[in-house]
Amino acid sequence: MHLKISHTTSYHYDTPVPYALQQLRLRPKSRPEQNVISWDVTVDGGQRQVSFEDEHANRVDLISFDAGVETIVITCEGEVEVTDNNGVVGKHTGFTPLWLFNRTTKLTKPGTGLRALMSDFKKPEGDLAMLHAMSDHILEKVPYSKEQTSSMLTVEQALAAGHGVCQDHAHIFISAVRQMGYPARYVSGYLMMDGTVEQNASHAWAEAYVDGLGWVGFDVSNGQSPDARYVRVATGLDYSQAAPTSGMRFGDGPESMRVTLVVEQQQ
Amino acid sequence: MLGKTAGGIFWMLRYMERSENTARMIDAGLRISLTRSSAADSEWSSILQATGVASQYFAQHDKIDGQKVINFLLRDQTNDGSVMANVEWARTNARMVRTALTKEVWEAVNECWMVLKSQLSKPVKQQDLPEILSSIRQRTAYVRGSLHGSMVRNDIYDFARMGTFFERADNAARVLDVKYYILLPSIMHVGTVSDNVQWETILRATSSVRAYQSLHDGEFDPRKIARFLILDKRLPRSLAFCYHKIQANLAYLAEDYGERRECHKMVDQICHKFDHSTIDQIFEYGLHEFVTDFLSESHALGRQIERDYRFYE
Amino acid sequence: MTDKPSFFDEMYGFGETARAPYSAYSSWFNQEDVARLRKKSEQAEAFFRLTGITFNVYGVEEATERLIPFDLVPRIITGREWGILEKGIEQRVRAINSFLHDIYHRQEIVRAGRIPVEMIARNDAFLPQMIGVAPPGNIYTHITGTDLVRTGEDEFYVLEDNARTPSGVSYMLENRETMLHMFPELFSQINVRGVSQYPRSLRRSLSSCRPSICDGPPTLAVLTPGIHNSAYYEHAFLADQMGVELVEGHDLRVVDGRVAMRTTRGYKPIDVLYRRVDDDFLDPMTFNPDSVLGVPGIMDVYRAGGITIANAPGTGIADDKAIYSYMPEIVEFYTGEQPILKNVPTWRCSEPDAFKYVLEHLEELVVKEVHGSGGYGMLVGPAASKKEIADFRAKLETKPGNYIAQPTLSLSTVPILTKAGLAPRHVDLRPFALASPGGVEIIPGGLTRVALKKGSLVVNSSQGGGTKDTWVLED
Repeated sequence: MHLKISHTTSYHYDTPVPYALQQLRLRPKSRPEQNVISWDVTVDGGQRQVSFEDEHANRVDLISFDAGVETIVITCEGEVEVTDNNGVVGKHTGFTPLWLFNRTTKLTKPGTGLRALMSDFKKPEGDLAMLHAMSDHILEKVPYSKEQTSSMLTVEQALAAGHGVCQDHAHIFISAVRQMGYPARYVSGYLMMDGTVEQNASHAWAEAYVDGLGWVGFDVSNGQSPDARYVRVATGLDYSQAAPTSGMRFGDGPESMRVTLVVEQQQ
Repeated sequence: MLGKTAGGIFWMLRYMERSENTARMIDAGLRISLTRSSAADSEWSSILQATGVASQYFAQHDKIDGQKVINFLLRDQTNDGSVMANVEWARTNARMVRTALTKEVWEAVNECWMVLKSQLSKPVKQQDLPEILSSIRQRTAYVRGSLHGSMVRNDIYDFARMGTFFERADNAARVLDVKYYILLPSIMHVGTVSDNVQWETILRATSSVRAYQSLHDGEFDPRKIARFLILDKRLPRSLAFCYHKIQANLAYLAEDYGERRECHKMVDQICHKFDHSTIDQIFEYGLHEFVTDFLSESHALGRQIERDYRFYE
Repeated sequence: MTDKPSFFDEMYGFGETARAPYSAYSSWFNQEDVARLRKKSEQAEAFFRLTGITFNVYGVEEATERLIPFDLVPRIITGREWGILEKGIEQRVRAINSFLHDIYHRQEIVRAGRIPVEMIARNDAFLPQMIGVAPPGNIYTHITGTDLVRTGEDEFYVLEDNARTPSGVSYMLENRETMLHMFPELFSQINVRGVSQYPRSLRRSLSSCRPSICDGPPTLAVLTPGIHNSAYYEHAFLADQMGVELVEGHDLRVVDGRVAMRTTRGYKPIDVLYRRVDDDFLDPMTFNPDSVLGVPGIMDVYRAGGITIANAPGTGIADDKAIYSYMPEIVEFYTGEQPILKNVPTWRCSEPDAFKYVLEHLEELVVKEVHGSGGYGMLVGPAASKKEIADFRAKLETKPGNYIAQPTLSLSTVPILTKAGLAPRHVDLRPFALASPGGVEIIPGGLTRVALKKGSLVVNSSQGGGTKDTWVLED
């Protein structure tokens, strides 16, 4: 599938920002199942300082804000050709050892909520069946809700809320399958949802490592593995390592963020 | 050099100068309290005002008491403008900019701190005061001397010198600001004892009694005193002298960096005033207004130098 | 000399007469008047105070600036002995750098089964952000301070490899300056190898590790946490001696893709940053977000090849006390040679058998926290009271994995000057090694720390230790 993506993130600050830095993880890479035909990231109100690959092989741009800006606009535009591989991303590459993906992070730390979720999970035979079942189980216990929470929730907070968005689902899945010994990671990316081109936010899902197959994606919110409508952009142990934007700024005036995202199929 | 270092050395010298000036003021107060005890209280009060710590003093004490004022100015821990506090600040800045200083300068500052820390560790008795005041004068002079004798004449030195002259001019201006009214013609009672005492305080607090007397046939005259302290470029503590030094040091920086900045325009304007004003014009304009204007222009110049040379982000 | 003869004294061996390396010093000393030397000792202290060679003690509210006591009897090492140490340290430093490169790349040593994966996986000093990063020149530990102890004529052991930001080198230099100043006649009689080249060597060595983006003479700077840090004097001293700027985090910013310092002329990029700020505080965007000591974005610039950070972040994995116990394997794995310097036998309390042994022998052992430093949180069995041992046992049992144990070594002694003349005290030695693409350079000398309390084995300055000048003789 040939997808055309236009993704704009704009930040507005009520008081001018003297200094700020942001890491952008907004560059999809070409891989067997996704071919990045073109991709541009432009920043209005800031400068790209450096670009590097992090430990998850994400291409990261560090940008600084121009002194005294009140608005900064980050625009990504490009085209990606995706083939459906049933969610299989394939073998583990790079220097990052697999054991790292069994590590607990702040956002994915299991507690009583997760233990409860796991205790009434009926475990089917076979890795894939089990992982799909876990995905379904999570969606059943924590139904999808469009109600965006203002801040990023931990696994336990999301479980307590009883409903969640894609980030929450990914985190719960990661936390649960790590408990069962699977290396797992968070993926941020784009999804072309059927019947609409305007998306309200970028998407997130999870990947688990299965012996023999390698990394396999699970989109809990949509109850399926990624197909040709999914563009994989960045990965990490949790949201904080794969977030499209993250950073720090001096000054503490209020901030508002607006995202516009268009993902459409090119004929 | 780092912007922070420029700021650190500028302030190190300001604090050194300030501690020295405070010691001079204590000396002036002491002198008057010994010779004209009736006038002592009001003179101590002026000194507290001129050093900018009167409200802090009265937060601790109900009334003026010479011995208490002296200890307050020298070492009271609640007084962040005490001699000890200033020396402490100077040393903290010196540690911060240690790599910009020669060993001699650092050791002079450190020794000044060590000596005073020990001398001021207990309340000061009147009989020990002369020794302590002279040790402050000597130690600060030693810092100045080692700076003069061992530092390379580069931007670091320029910032150090500016710190000294900024503080010195500021000090003279504050003394004038507190005492301006006794120099005004309207309330002048020529030859009365009380007026002479106050004029003398002004000169003593700026260590200019002898210089004044030798240049003015020993006669106290308020107009001449004002002229001397504001406009006379022979007096190393006059406003005009200090500002020409600041102008010169800023000029060295401009030459060194190949660039004049906003602060250069500002210092030229201030110096222009000193070069083209007579004391009569100043009195006509209003001595108080003149001094107030000066203090605010001086403050603005300080801020501009901070910005132009990036003391802070 | 009255001491248990079970300790090797470096001046007198096990006997009454001075060993050969000390003979010249000893005959000089015997003609000296102890009172005069005591006076010299006071002068030295006054000199240190004036120079400001002080350190801050954490947790002590007032009088935060203290002097580390200096003892004026030198610690003397022969050229032959030094030759062995030099080779041994060099071998270890090379192995450590290979180990660090491996750990942050393919982890061959783990794949080969020479180190259990848990040693890395469960280690906070392992920084995932360093995975795949190639530091300029492939140097990780630009400066290493190897702690050595001696137990006999030819018996040296490595106690610890300080691979993060080893401190103490300013004492090596200032102690020598003080000795030269006080006893010039000694140096004209005895041929002692110089140490004063250290700042120049350091500058050269750091310069040769500049990033490829730098194509002129590199700009160096020393990063300090600030004047309240316990080692601030040393930071200022090294910057001063190398003739480079001493910067704090708030002097630095990412500008035009580089880490640059704010100068009176504008921002100036830094090529090599000798940082004396711990990993965790280096970059709030990558590590501890609450840190105000570091530079936001520096790790990004580093990973993009825009700056050299010395020592590299993540070197702590090599000087961890649990990894220490694998050093013989590490040396062998990467150099293909037998270790020249011995490791102290170490029981890892994470291993049940070893733990059992440790619990049964607490009275004889030294037990240390795996991640501890500065002599805190450790038990010296033979010196501890019954209650201290019982308390420690309780701590140990809650988290055995946090501890390792070692036999109590019979640390050598070197005499110090006391009111009654010479008296033996236990010492250790920290030489400093500089690594660069051109090789490893070890300055002939080091920091000799001495336990000033009679019988004490704790030499840490935070716990009443002092220092001595260390002489390596020109044979």
